Amino acid sequence: MSAFLALVKRDVRLSVRQRADTVMVAGFFAITVILFPFGVGPEPGVLERIGAGVLWVTALLAALLSLDHIFADDAQDGALDLLLSSPMSATALVAAKVLAHWLTTGVPLIVLAPILGVTLQMPSTSVMPVIIALTLGTPTLSLIGAIGAALTLGARRRGVLLPIIVLPLYIPVLIFGVGAVDAAVMGFNAERLYIVLAGLLLIAAPLCPWAAAAALKAGR
Amino acid sequence: MHALANPNRFLKLAAVIQPWAIAVCVLCFAVGLPYALVFSPEDYQQGNTVRIMYIHVPAAWMGLFSYGVMAAGSAAFLIWRHPVANMVARASAPVGAMFTALCLLTGMLWGQPMWGTPWVWDARLTSMLVLFFLYLGYMALGDAFERQEQGDRAAAILALVGSINLPIIKFSVDWWNTLHQPSIFSMAGISVDSEMLAPLFLMVGAFQSYYVVVILMRVRAQVLSAKVRAARLMQAAG
Repeated sequence: MSAFLALVKRDVRLSVRQRADTVMVAGFFAITVILFPFGVGPEPGVLERIGAGVLWVTALLAALLSLDHIFADDAQDGALDLLLSSPMSATALVAAKVLAHWLTTGVPLIVLAPILGVTLQMPSTSVMPVIIALTLGTPTLSLIGAIGAALTLGARRRGVLLPIIVLPLYIPVLIFGVGAVDAAVMGFNAERLYIVLAGLLLIAAPLCPWAAAAALKAGR
Repeated sequence: MHALANPNRFLKLAAVIQPWAIAVCVLCFAVGLPYALVFSPEDYQQGNTVRIMYIHVPAAWMGLFSYGVMAAGSAAFLIWRHPVANMVARASAPVGAMFTALCLLTGMLWGQPMWGTPWVWDARLTSMLVLFFLYLGYMALGDAFERQEQGDRAAAILALVGSINLPIIKFSVDWWNTLHQPSIFSMAGISVDSEMLAPLFLMVGAFQSYYVVVILMRVRAQVLSAKVRAARLMQAAG
């Protein structure tokens, strides 16, 4: 447990000192969302209808941007090999890195999303659903993304390969996340969809670190 | 199965199976295609467009079957380091991708007259599209590494991760309200007339034997190219 927490603290500290990841993810998220009103036009009602989808898709793409760095930096300077040969289980290692990744890239997305929802003319009733849905969904995105990052660790053209592998696996989270926000905005009870999102998270939480650990060990 | 881990033994078995598979394939196509496309009865509602079913349903089945073989081969490769299992999995990917693409395209051709739209984002169609992308990702990942073994293992893990899609596809028509027709197999028996069932099974048999033929060819090609590579390495070493 202490090794797990130590690794989380290390990764968060490194990320905070560099600030590149967080700034990049938040910046990309903000800029891309702001592009949509320009692209879609000033017609009333259109932005409102697509608002939840736009927020979710851009959050997804922003999360995708930073996935590369979960393992690549440590693999490059050999720290990953040291960590894998330590008595800490590889699954715990991956889980710690995913938690750190979510804290440094997922949480900024959750914080920014309601603010950016204003630029998309989303109603004020959507603020809480967006926060809840993203809080349940972004950890799953980090978890699934970690599998992709571990699989493509030594590959050529990793930048293009990672989205191809990870985006099909992201689709269920996207469908239920947007569905939850849309249902809540339209006045329906979104509880069932939150439960599905939570279910996806609970399935991903044990299985994804295990798969990613297998991928890391296979890639050595 | 473990005896077949030796590629040469597998090739010998394949050489025995191959002519029979080719014969079955040619026969099934020769009988099944005219039966399905010309001589089978029209549907009372859909008329002649029901004939797309004889291509669409076998292609959908083969898309799922190929992924199943791919996942099983990948599991055998990861657990037992079975080299031939990995070759079968790698060989299965392009064939499965083609069948899935055929299923999606024929589905779109069928949807336009039947549903009024070639595409709808319901559970069955979306999960089949995801399956297609999983095939593409598997093929891309397997070829993306300098060392072949690393690519094989990474792709095998990806195949297993993606296999969660198979039950989703199978049960999507039961779990969600979907435009797509539900399964013809149920507790009450098969809900398709026997005159349509025969050409359907013939086409499934044709596609299945085609799959066997192509897989055996591809595995043989992989084994031979590995031998060529080994021979070149020995030659380079002196």
